[in-house]
Amino acid sequence: MTINPKVSKAELAEQFRTFIDPEYVITDDETMKPYECDGMSMYCEMPLLVVLPETVEQVQRVMRICNENAVPVVARGAGTGLSAGAMPNKEGVVLSLAKFNRILDIDPLARTASLQPGVRNLAISEEAAQYGLYYGPDPSSQIACTIGGNVAENSGGVHCLKYGLTVHNILSVEMVTAEGDLVTVGSDGLDSCGMDLLALMTGSEGLLGVVTEVKVKLLPKPEVAQVVMAGFDSVQKGGDAVGGIIAHGIIPGGLEMMDGHAIIAADDFAQAGYPRDAKALLLCEVDGTEEEVHEHIAEAEDVFRKLGATSVRTSQSEEERALLWKGRKSAFPAVGRISPDYYCMDGTIPRREIARVLTEMEKMSEEFGLRVANVFHAGDGNLHPLILFDANVPGEFERTEAFGSSILSLCVEVGGCITGEHGVGVEKVRQMAVQFNDEELQQFHDLKAAFDPKGILNPGKGVPALRFCQEYRSLEYKLHKHDHTEAAHG
Amino acid sequence: MADNLQILQEQVLHARDGGHKLNIVGGGTKAFMGRAADPDAGTLNVGEHTGIVDYHPVELVLTVRAGTTLQEIEATLAEEGQALHFEPPHFGENSTIGGTLACNLSGPARPWAGSVRDQVLGVRLINGKGEHLRFGGQVMKNVAGYDVSRLQAGAMGTLGVLTEISMKVMPKPAATLTLVQEMPADEVIHYMNSRAAEPKPITAACWLDDKVYLRLSGARSAVDATAQKWSGDVMENGDQFWRQIQDMGHEFFTGDDPVWRFSVGSTAANFNLDGPWLIDWAGSQRWYRGDAELKRMEALAKEAGGQVSLFRGGDREGEVMHHQPDALKGIQRRVKNSFDPDGIFNPGRLYSWL
Repeated sequence: MTINPKVSKAELAEQFRTFIDPEYVITDDETMKPYECDGMSMYCEMPLLVVLPETVEQVQRVMRICNENAVPVVARGAGTGLSAGAMPNKEGVVLSLAKFNRILDIDPLARTASLQPGVRNLAISEEAAQYGLYYGPDPSSQIACTIGGNVAENSGGVHCLKYGLTVHNILSVEMVTAEGDLVTVGSDGLDSCGMDLLALMTGSEGLLGVVTEVKVKLLPKPEVAQVVMAGFDSVQKGGDAVGGIIAHGIIPGGLEMMDGHAIIAADDFAQAGYPRDAKALLLCEVDGTEEEVHEHIAEAEDVFRKLGATSVRTSQSEEERALLWKGRKSAFPAVGRISPDYYCMDGTIPRREIARVLTEMEKMSEEFGLRVANVFHAGDGNLHPLILFDANVPGEFERTEAFGSSILSLCVEVGGCITGEHGVGVEKVRQMAVQFNDEELQQFHDLKAAFDPKGILNPGKGVPALRFCQEYRSLEYKLHKHDHTEAAHG
Repeated sequence: MADNLQILQEQVLHARDGGHKLNIVGGGTKAFMGRAADPDAGTLNVGEHTGIVDYHPVELVLTVRAGTTLQEIEATLAEEGQALHFEPPHFGENSTIGGTLACNLSGPARPWAGSVRDQVLGVRLINGKGEHLRFGGQVMKNVAGYDVSRLQAGAMGTLGVLTEISMKVMPKPAATLTLVQEMPADEVIHYMNSRAAEPKPITAACWLDDKVYLRLSGARSAVDATAQKWSGDVMENGDQFWRQIQDMGHEFFTGDDPVWRFSVGSTAANFNLDGPWLIDWAGSQRWYRGDAELKRMEALAKEAGGQVSLFRGGDREGEVMHHQPDALKGIQRRVKNSFDPDGIFNPGRLYSWL
C-alpha cells in the first residue's frame, strides 16, 4: 500500500507538541539516530520524527492524527527485534512505548500480572519471584526486550515446548487501533466470546494495533530443575536422541542442541566443560517436583546412553546447571568472537529432518564459501543457524543473505517455516512468497485492512506486496533447480 | 477415511454463484450451540471429509481432516501412548475435531494443558471465495503471517470451512489420581487457587455439591507424594467423574433448564445468584443452570472480569454470546468480510450481526 502523508514534518511535530511534552517529540537527526534500526542493524532508515507519549490518551491522539493524515506509524519497544520489524518508515512516526514501563499489579493468588507494554520480560519474573511465581516465555533478549514487543512477535525462548509461547501465556491485551479507539481483547477468563482477536494480535508485528497494556499469566516456580548434557559423534545420533526422549514420554522444560562449530565456540567462551570432540551436544533440562525430576533424569540418562551418547553428564548443583547453560546462552556472543559479523537465521523444521537439514546446510556453506554454526531449540524444531561473515568485505553480506534465503527455502521444503520466533519484519518479507501463495497473502492483506483500513501501521513489513512475489518465486526456483542439478551430478 | 475437498469447494462456489447461504455441519452434535441456524441456508456437510493425514508421534504433531471424529483421533493417539491434552468434550460419538475447534471447546485440564486453540498449529480452510488456503504449519513455532489458525477458535465457522487441522499432541501422563473433600462454596475459590499456585502436578480442579475435586497427573512418584501432602480422600472412580465433567454428561447438566457458562477471573467471588453452580478450571469457568436474562448475566460476568454465554437451552433466537463493544464489533464485521465477503457461512450463528 502506498502512503502519501498529508502533512509536513513541522506541522506534525507542532500538533504533537500541543499535548505531548515537547522534549519527547524528537525531530533532530542526532537524537533520532538511535531509532534508525532495531536488533537487526543491517537494515536502517531514519524516521520523520519520534514521539514518546506518556499516557494512553496521548497514544490515542497520536494515532488519530496519523490516521487522519495517512502518516505511517511504527510502534517500538526496546528495539531488540531481529527482523527489522521496528525499522522506521522514512515518511512516518516512530511511536516509542518506552515511558510505559510500570508493573501495574501482581495478583499472587490469581497468578496474573498487569503490565504496561514497556516492562522488560525479565523484570516480570524478578518481581513475581517473591510469590514463588514466574513468567514462562524467556527469549534470549529477556534482560532488555519488553512485553509489548513479546506480544508483537509472539516470543518464545528455550522453554516453549513445555510452557508455550507468548500467545499461551497472556490473558488480555489493551490496545489502541489505527483509528485511535481503545479496546481490550481477551479478559480475566481463559476464553472469550467471538473471534479470537487476542491470538490474532499476538505475533502481528505491530501491523494491527498498538499494545498499551498486557495481562499475563504467571506460573509456580518448579521445585527443582536439573540438566543432562549428552554428547554425540554425529548429528544424526543427536537428532535421534531428541526423538528418543519425547517418544519416552518425557517433556523436558528445555531441550537444546548445538553442532560441532557451536560447541567449540561456546566452550572457548564459557569454559562450560563441553565435550569438544562431539559433533552434536544436547542439553536436556527436566523440571518439576523433586520426585518427578529424580525419576525423569534417570530415564533421560538411560535413553541417551542407549542411543549412543559418547558422554553424559548431569548437573549436581545449581552452579553446575548454570554453567552448562552458560555455554548455550552465550553461543551468540561466542560465535561473535570467532567472526567479525554473524547473521542469525530463525527457520523451523520437523525434528525428524534435523540431520538432513544440517547436512544440506554444510553443503551450502561450501558453495557460498561462508562458515555456519548451528544452535537449535531442538524441543520445538526451531533452528538458529549463525552465518559467519565480514561486512567489510565487499559483497559478503549479499552472499550471506543469499545463503540465508536458501536455508529458509530448505526449511519450507522439509515442511517447516521461515520464522519460528524472530518475525518476518523487513528481513524475511520476500521469503513469505515461498511459504504462502498469492491467495493466502491476499487474505493476510484483507485481514490487515479490517484493522487498519488506511494501512498506516508498520507498512511494508510482514506481508509482501503481491506484485513482487512472482518474480521472487521464479528466482528461488531457478536457484533451487540449479542446486538440485548440481547435486545430481555431484 | 475420505477426501471430500473437491466436493466441498464446489459446493461453496455453487452457493456463492447462486447467492445462497450455508450452514456448516460436521458430526451434528453441537447443533444446540450458538444462535439457531438459518433455516433458509443449505447444509454443507464436512462430516465425511475424514482421515488422519499425517502423524509422527516423536514430533508430537497430528494432522487430520476436519471431519475426523474425536473418537478416531484419540484411539489413534492412544496406540502411541499420546492424547489430546485439552480433553475435548464429546457430545456424542460423532463429535469432530473441526467442530471442537470452531466452538473452542476444552475440558477440565484446560488451565494447565491449554485449550484446543492453544494446541492448534495450522489449518487449511475454504474461504468465501472458494479458495482453499493454508495457514500456520506442522511445527511448534511459526510466526510467519497472522495467526489465522487460532482465529478460528470460537469463530463458529463464520470465517470459512475448516478442512484440515494440525495440532500439538502430548504423552499420556504415567499416573493419575483424584482427591475429594467436603468444602463450602465460600472457601473453595481461595482453596483451589492456592493449590494451583503450588508447583505440584495438578491438572484439574472442580467444585460441585459442596465437594472439591482435585486431579493430579504425571510421574507416579510425584502424584503419590503430592497426594500424601495434600488433604482429601483418594477417589475410586476419579477418571469416570472427570469424563462426565468433560463431556457434560454429569447429572448437573441434565434437564431442560438453560445452561450458562461464565469464563471469568479465577479468584472472582462467588456470584450472588441462587441456583445450582458448578465451578471448574480452578475458578475460571463457572456453570449455572436456570432461567435468566442475558443482560443480567453479562453484568455479573463483567464484575468477575470475564464473559458469559448461554451455552445450551433458553432463547436461541436472541443473542447467546456476551455482547461486543462497538469498536470490536466493527473489527469483527470487517474480519468476517475479509474471509467471507458474501456472508455465506453460518449466518447469524455467532452473533445476529455477523
